[in-house]
Amino acid sequence: MIPSLPRPAWLRATTAVYLAGFLAFLFLPLIVVAVFAFNNAPYPAPPWRGFTWDWFLGNATIGRIGLFGDSELLGSIWTSCVVGAWVTLLSVLVGTCNAFLIERGRFFGKQALSMLMLAPLVIPGVILGISILAFASRVAEFADDVFGLELDFLRPGLPLVVLGQFSYLATIATLTVSARLRRFDRTLEEAALNLGASKAAVFRTILLPYLRPALLGSSAISFLMSFSDFNTTLMLVGADSPLTVMMYGRMREGASPVLNAVSLFLMLASAVLALTFMRGGPARGKAANSA
Amino acid sequence: MPSAALQRKWQGRLSLTLLLAPALLWLCALIILPHIDLAILSFRERVGPRHYVASLAQYRTFFAEPLYWHVFVRTAVMSVVATFLTLLLAFPIAWIIAKLAQGRASSLLFILCLIPFWVSETVRTLGWMILLRESGVLPSLLVKLGITAVPVELLYHDATIMVGLIYTSLLFMVIPLISSLESLDNALIEAAYDLGADGFAILRAIVIPHAAPGITAGCIVVFMLTLGNYLTPTLLGGKNSQWFTEQIYTQFITRFNWEQGAALGFLLLALSTVMVMVGLRLTGQRFGDVMRRT
Repeated sequence: MIPSLPRPAWLRATTAVYLAGFLAFLFLPLIVVAVFAFNNAPYPAPPWRGFTWDWFLGNATIGRIGLFGDSELLGSIWTSCVVGAWVTLLSVLVGTCNAFLIERGRFFGKQALSMLMLAPLVIPGVILGISILAFASRVAEFADDVFGLELDFLRPGLPLVVLGQFSYLATIATLTVSARLRRFDRTLEEAALNLGASKAAVFRTILLPYLRPALLGSSAISFLMSFSDFNTTLMLVGADSPLTVMMYGRMREGASPVLNAVSLFLMLASAVLALTFMRGGPARGKAANSA
Repeated sequence: MPSAALQRKWQGRLSLTLLLAPALLWLCALIILPHIDLAILSFRERVGPRHYVASLAQYRTFFAEPLYWHVFVRTAVMSVVATFLTLLLAFPIAWIIAKLAQGRASSLLFILCLIPFWVSETVRTLGWMILLRESGVLPSLLVKLGITAVPVELLYHDATIMVGLIYTSLLFMVIPLISSLESLDNALIEAAYDLGADGFAILRAIVIPHAAPGITAGCIVVFMLTLGNYLTPTLLGGKNSQWFTEQIYTQFITRFNWEQGAALGFLLLALSTVMVMVGLRLTGQRFGDVMRRT
């Protein structure tokens, strides 16, 4: 019931209990991950045996490899960053072009094209992954048979991972940027043009600053989602694993608090990224676009 | 036609082409052609080294092999149940954020709901594993409280998979619910109350009809994400998870049987599409509107 109506005591109590339970459900997994990154024990499990930095700073000499001594994990973080940077660049560029195309362009089949742009969001990530894998290998085979070319980037590996993630993150960037472009007051643009500004000048001095929050927001979303993508990446990955795939492999082998340490690091990094980029403008709209 | 106008027309054509190029390249090279290729793969059969014939063998195998369609049906049913439970769990929090909490409290609650989804699913799943495994936090807590004599294994059950799936999907249900509930005018609820309606009548006659678009949007997105999930079922369900995406992975990556994998992939895509269509038809909504809402 809404605040302006009387609420019986039992309803208030139930609401409070539900809210507490809900927040506990939401945060318990994250809290245990963070806490057991500091437990002085070889497994991330109770009981608590005292505080330690070993799982961050440890090295072979003390018999515990911490996050900063684990070159394999650090390498996979770097791999994820490189993939994320490429995916972000591609998605935001293509997303911005698409936004102008959908909001400004007038051409036959626009409705169909804008529907098609939504399709990647409805296709399960696993299927995006296998279809791109199969198609890329067919193209590679074709190039090999007909032209005798060895196109290594079409074999499972990071270039394909970038393409796979880009294939659906471009849609999200398109939606974010076009949502903002739609609300743009076109008289501003017309005024500038009437006053003799060139199209390029209008774009640089009026449109770009106006779109900035959407561009930054969609960059942050693309990077975060690329960093945490699993389904598509798993199908396309080659020898170098990005962080999620590496963590998945280790979680299947067994538990080590190093994973907690790297997770805590991820939590802090993504919180910082999210807070810096998504502060401007209503947080709600941005978040809605990430879904 | 004067030359200036002609020039403008050509300029317009040129910039339209330049804008169309990336979109068409993206959609053709990464979405349309790969899916056509996948379809071709799924409709052929290997009869010798590098020799294939068109056939329905892959789809026949799916229906002939009970394991495949058992897992298929199981995945579909569990996804429907997970979607429904997510809706039940998310509705009250969306109501609290949209209607009960005011001002700062409301934004704070919303941010709190968002935070877990900034970190990757891998991290969240790791948290659940630490909580639920036999040597984990909850089993040892249960022993301490005297509820169970020895630690019980809480991982690797269907219920565990369900918890993980709901957890992962919550946000995608909460956001569309909030936006649809916020647009509901409180005066309507007050009027109904003054006319003597009780809580359930208000919920049934006013709130749910008004929030229907949000509910549909949330359910569709959650269902799709659940159906296509791989990480949560495999890690929380272990060997008993039997999730359909796992079968696709096994055929494609482990066994290198791309034809079978492609067929299974198409079946999953078909299931997902059909359920989305049914959802839209039942509530009379258009796909584009729903996607923009989420």
